[in-house]
Amino acid sequence: MELKEKLVSSFLAFESTVDTKSTVHDIRTKAIKDFEAFGFPTKKVEAWKYTSLKNVLKNDFALFSKNEVAIEYKDVKKYFVHDLDTYKIVFIDGVYSSHLSSTTHDKFDVCLMSSALTQNRFKAVIDVYFNKVAKQDGLVSLNTAYSKEGAYVYLPKNVAADKPIEVVHFSTGSETAMLLQPRNLIVVEDNSEVTIIERHQSLSKNKTFTNSVTEIYAGKNAHVDYYKIQNDTTNASLIDNTFTEQHDHSVASVHTFAFGGEITRNNLNFTQKGQGIDSILNGVTILEGKTHVDHNTLVEHTEPNCESHQDYKGIFDEKSVGVFNGKIIVDQIAQKTNAFQSNNNVLLSDKATVNSKPQLEIFADDVKCSHGCTIGQLDESALFYLKTRGIPEKEGKALLMYAFANNVLDSVKIPQLKNRINALIAEKLGVSIGFDL
Amino acid sequence: MLEIKNLHASIDDKEILKGLNLSVKAGEVHAIMGPNGAGKSTLASVVSGKEDYEVTEGNIELEGEDIGELGADERAHKGVFLSFQYPVEIPGVSVTNFMKTAINETRKARGLEDMPARDMLKMIKEKSELLEIDSKFLSRSLNEGFSGGEKKRNEIFQMAMLEPKLAILDETDSGLDIDALRIVASGVNKLKSKDNAVIVITHYQRLLDYIVPDFVHVLHDGKIVKSGTKELALELEEKGYDWIKAEL
Repeated sequence: MELKEKLVSSFLAFESTVDTKSTVHDIRTKAIKDFEAFGFPTKKVEAWKYTSLKNVLKNDFALFSKNEVAIEYKDVKKYFVHDLDTYKIVFIDGVYSSHLSSTTHDKFDVCLMSSALTQNRFKAVIDVYFNKVAKQDGLVSLNTAYSKEGAYVYLPKNVAADKPIEVVHFSTGSETAMLLQPRNLIVVEDNSEVTIIERHQSLSKNKTFTNSVTEIYAGKNAHVDYYKIQNDTTNASLIDNTFTEQHDHSVASVHTFAFGGEITRNNLNFTQKGQGIDSILNGVTILEGKTHVDHNTLVEHTEPNCESHQDYKGIFDEKSVGVFNGKIIVDQIAQKTNAFQSNNNVLLSDKATVNSKPQLEIFADDVKCSHGCTIGQLDESALFYLKTRGIPEKEGKALLMYAFANNVLDSVKIPQLKNRINALIAEKLGVSIGFDL
Repeated sequence: MLEIKNLHASIDDKEILKGLNLSVKAGEVHAIMGPNGAGKSTLASVVSGKEDYEVTEGNIELEGEDIGELGADERAHKGVFLSFQYPVEIPGVSVTNFMKTAINETRKARGLEDMPARDMLKMIKEKSELLEIDSKFLSRSLNEGFSGGEKKRNEIFQMAMLEPKLAILDETDSGLDIDALRIVASGVNKLKSKDNAVIVITHYQRLLDYIVPDFVHVLHDGKIVKSGTKELALELEEKGYDWIKAEL
């Protein structure tokens, strides 16, 4: 049976595990119909021209985990920013692990989507925000239809989260192939602040396919920093759909560190609904092997006096493939918009590929918008210069690549996280030196 | 220290060095002069190990060891230093971090532990004072947006930090005003000792008023065609290079 049919027909079985009388379930029921109509995207769709899911979708994915697998913290400690005190929401094969999680809090909610969707005290927030920011397409509808579990974070007005929140999804390989569909909702009301660090990690050689949807709502003067660490195994594919809606004078940033996986697609959408808003989309992509990462960004400027800053750096070795498709829309009313986008890539091999496609749709006449993309090789003269100072080729290349990615790393505000990213990069580049650039 | 015998080197099948001989002993300063296109910068690149050049004949020995097959980094570990005519700008790498990496990679290659951070800072402070370099300058990206004089001072600062046995200064005087020239030259003079050697490659005599050579060589068409003492440089300044060509 094709995966699509399997997903549509399994919806009945899924319904037996949720409350079908809720308003949320009306949303699910509509979504499964939408998915049936949309199906999975193919390369015929312009936005999916460079990324094919065909091979991934061939697997016979289990939709629900049958076995509960226990994981000891010491075995997975390295996947956390363990020298940083954080709230932790951890899932194993899509199921919440209270053992690995740490959610004790008082002034705001750090909990599970399954609780938020079913318990009365969350209903008011769910009614207002759930599935409101997300734009529906085949994959988002599919996630919505099966939405049940994920991270739920709610900050009422005037609260700054006292520590970052880590959301980690492990897949253990308890099924030969597993489809995971986490659904996250992050609501940050006026004048509140939160930082989230998200990671998906497969712990086995079995196939994992994650279709994740995250909705982020930033109220007036709210501040949200979201860091995504994508360093999964070559048996794990990820579709990350993240939708951010921002209101007056809010600042929201999403950093995506894409270092691994089989196929990774980041659909990152920002909608600005207010003035004085700043949206920051940064990414560092370092790939080798046959890894494929596709960043698909959309920033919609719908009101005057807002900014957006996109800076994506990519380093591609061997047969890896990178895609950057960045769209900026400036509505006619959105005067005095400052929208900047840059995508710089370095190819280390003749067989690596980068497809970079900036798209600007500007309907206002008094705006500052710029975009630039470059694709090049490492500077040989710089490498020789480093060598004459005693820095060997491998370390010299690493140093140049660090320098290349440096301004993106610079905007990571948590030192422990920055160190972790640096360590991951050093590991990727096979060097042991720690450049504290 | 350095023995170059019958060195032939070419780039893209074009022969630039055509049988060059040069012998430099510890404690000596040699100046290599010559008209444009004589092969001066090629000599600097070939000795420091630039892979674009192919050595087709002859050999290069440093302290009795053939270094002709070594990479530029390995030559650096053995004590070769090249001060670039055009230092490369490396955005995103600060001078300090670059120096730390260079020193510790060199120490690693020599089987030594990393230099303790305190010693490193102390050394950086000492050597930057020698070149009259402001401490703010050290946290800037390497050579990025540096003036010509700053770049050259930074080159000699690196030389001071790395303490090479053989330093090759390629057109270090180009792009320098007189004050910067004085600082750079005085830095080089302070670093000179009986155990190291300096090769000064220059087009003009001006730098040699400050860094006084023991020997002056004239490079022409890929060979050293005349050698002498510092007076030769003065003669070249006065008469140009044509009389040497005429002598050949």
